[in-house]
Amino acid sequence: MQEKDKCERVLIDGSRLMIESMARAGADAFIGYPITPANLLYAYGSQRMSIMLPAPDEITTLQWMSGLSITGKIPVTATSYPGLALMIESVNMAYMMELPMVIVLVQRLGPATGTATCGAQGDLLALKGMMSGGHPLPVLATSNFEDCWKLSEKAVHIAAKLRTPVVLLTSKEEVMTQKSFDLNLLDNIKQTQLKYFDKDSNYKTYDAEGLVPEFLPVNQNVHQVRFNASTHDQYGILQHSSEDALNNTRRLEKKINEYLDEYTYYDYDQQDGAKNIVVSYGISSAAAIDAVSDLRKQGIKTSLLIPKTLIPVTNVYKKIINKYKKTVIAEENINNQFGQLLFGVERPENIRFVEGLGKMITPEEIIKEVKK
Amino acid sequence: MSSQLLNTSSLPYCKGCGHDLIAKQSMKALEDLGFSPLDVIMVTDIGCHGIIDKCLNTHTVHGLHGRSAALGAGISYGLENPDKKVVVFIGDGGATIGLQHIMEAARLNLNMTVILHNNMLYGMTGGQTSGLTPKNFATTTSYEGNPLSGYDICALTHTAGASYTCRVLGIGDISDKFSSAFQVKGFSLLEIVEICPSYGVKLNPRRKLNEIVESSGRKIGEWENSRPAYKLSQGKKTKDLLSKVSIIDREYTHNLKEPISIILSGSAGEGVQLAAAILSKSAIRSGLDVTQKGSYPVTVGVGFSTAELNLSPGKINFHGINIPDVVIITSEDGLKHNLKRINNMKKGVLYIDKSLDIPETGAEIIQYDFRSVGAKNAALTSIVFFSKKSGIINYKSIFKTIESESMDKKLPVDKIKNSIAGL
Ligand SMILES: Cc1ncc(C[n+]2csc(CCOP(=O)(O)OP(=O)(O)O)c2C)c(N)n1
Ligand code: SF4
Ligand SMILES: [Mg+2]
Repeated sequence: MQEKDKCERVLIDGSRLMIESMARAGADAFIGYPITPANLLYAYGSQRMSIMLPAPDEITTLQWMSGLSITGKIPVTATSYPGLALMIESVNMAYMMELPMVIVLVQRLGPATGTATCGAQGDLLALKGMMSGGHPLPVLATSNFEDCWKLSEKAVHIAAKLRTPVVLLTSKEEVMTQKSFDLNLLDNIKQTQLKYFDKDSNYKTYDAEGLVPEFLPVNQNVHQVRFNASTHDQYGILQHSSEDALNNTRRLEKKINEYLDEYTYYDYDQQDGAKNIVVSYGISSAAAIDAVSDLRKQGIKTSLLIPKTLIPVTNVYKKIINKYKKTVIAEENINNQFGQLLFGVERPENIRFVEGLGKMITPEEIIKEVKK
Repeated sequence: MSSQLLNTSSLPYCKGCGHDLIAKQSMKALEDLGFSPLDVIMVTDIGCHGIIDKCLNTHTVHGLHGRSAALGAGISYGLENPDKKVVVFIGDGGATIGLQHIMEAARLNLNMTVILHNNMLYGMTGGQTSGLTPKNFATTTSYEGNPLSGYDICALTHTAGASYTCRVLGIGDISDKFSSAFQVKGFSLLEIVEICPSYGVKLNPRRKLNEIVESSGRKIGEWENSRPAYKLSQGKKTKDLLSKVSIIDREYTHNLKEPISIILSGSAGEGVQLAAAILSKSAIRSGLDVTQKGSYPVTVGVGFSTAELNLSPGKINFHGINIPDVVIITSEDGLKHNLKRINNMKKGVLYIDKSLDIPETGAEIIQYDFRSVGAKNAALTSIVFFSKKSGIINYKSIFKTIESESMDKKLPVDKIKNSIAGL
């Protein structure tokens, strides 16, 4: 916590906190194409980031970001599903090339254009399956203003450390609603730096020695660098399916999983003797907090889990959930996407689901399901 | 013809492929211009022309089909060193699927050179027609010849603003054209019309390149725009977004025991969102926690404008509002937009402009003339009245907010005070 004696209350939105945090964390470019409900992030990005480029579409957005990343920048964009859909092939490219960047995904009601001004939590499974080969891409979900601050910093740090695109998952109500907030609650942000290769020895762009190869941009004349989105060996040379190249592809998945413990974030509010647990993330977690507090007032012991790192799927959540007789998962979709991530399509009987479509899930709906 | 930029003279193309000449002459031209291998960033597309990376001693970036011009653009933005050269190798296929990226780079006149390998078909995928296939040229998807004309990519990029555009046949020594293109400050595109022996020659026997180009109405030539190369210029930047939000000191007390939800609604242009922000800040000034969000049609200038607020003496988590505790309506648009919610109210208070019909509701009704200081100030007048009448927050906190946000010059503060009895 920052050492300030008095409280600094403001009326603020989550978008502002996210962009400021990422800028302080080391992100230096914002590239985007406007889309509701991500427009506030776009506006703040253009005011704050030292480079802001208005791209003519979302494919270009991701390509320009990748180009900037190749020169050593850490770029950020913000979009909603229609934009993400256009970006997907290029996100695969950035993943394969191992380029750090952050994509803020502000969920809205789909399918297709759906309802631009209506929130939703319907994109988690799309993110899970975004990479050809099923490889995981880190996805962090914010659930309050402190997260908008802290997880945005983490997203930039993970992107730089693991050399990968990272998705910050949020939704309309989280980034557009103004709330009273005490700025004193914000921790200092640490600035990250890409780890550059600094030896004289032979440089391999995709050296398999460490899990994450050291980076070199193209704006230096000492070592040749080869970025490649096709299957490639350690040197970045295209291969059909040589052992070295396939090992490289395996490494891409491994590096994301290997460091998962370091970036597994969640809030677990455990009540002794509780037989129920409410699990919720993102926008629905606010209703879950109120529901659990109400249940406790009524004498119904209930614990609360708010997962923040959603992908890769950590086994920590299942371990916690398995301690309870009954679990209620609340998320704003009609197919229990997080539940599917944890348990597959056949949810065990004691895992209940509170759905939402076109409106926020209320605390009452969660309470009702716990009491059933 | 060899170059330090190439590590072999045996390139991975079919025998007689036009791509061979392009790779060799372009690399030689770069070397002759004094570029050392690592001064050059080669961005290659997907297609036969793009499998050249492994033969290059330059930096190499091998991306997606059709996106190399955008990827090269991103690199060009990020390079602060003007001595570096970004060169994009792309085919007619890549130029078809990624036309927008080429046009955008030309429009911005970014520092980069696009070498367009126009062999008039998709070589890598089996010789299909592309968007640049000339009229009457036969491909594996139009054996009788393409019934349509292809894009004139040189005309397109020239009109978009490229510093330099050139079309040339891929025959003999054309290194002077490569040299011209590479020396340009800004965006240059060199379209080399060449032929793919495996498909193009087979399907168009005995046709000569110059005849194909001429009969399709395309000209060989160079086109220039004299305009400066792109320079990154950014508007004024903020060093700290948080310093832009005003800190609100707690200067007043409130009278609220339980959280309440408030809907404030009226017509676009009547200051609803501004009034909601003022009410929110005044509530914070009075020690309350607040959430506030707006809803209005996509065309923001017409129809209703609604703000939803929660005020609470404690921390607010869930901020959704189903049936509100208080509704403040200043116009017909606002009434219509919230009618169902008002009908559903079993308790609470409805503050409504006196010009409007009273809807069916279980809420207590309080009528007032919110529009007396003009429609533009209706919402502001209504929140001052609300705070005075309800006593939830001190109405003075509203005027304090207006003053501390330096809005007191713009808003008719005195008129509003005078319009409300007892102020
Ligand atoms: C998004 C996408 N669509 C389709 C393809 C398949 N594909 C690979 S190369 C190619 C065409 C290449 O033609 P061109 O760019 O003219 O290059 P050439 O092979 O003729 O040198 C296509 C369609 C792809 N790689 N990616
Ligand atoms: S298929 Fe055609 S374009 Fe491809 S390498 Fe062979 S000759 Fe060249
Ligand atoms: Mg071609």
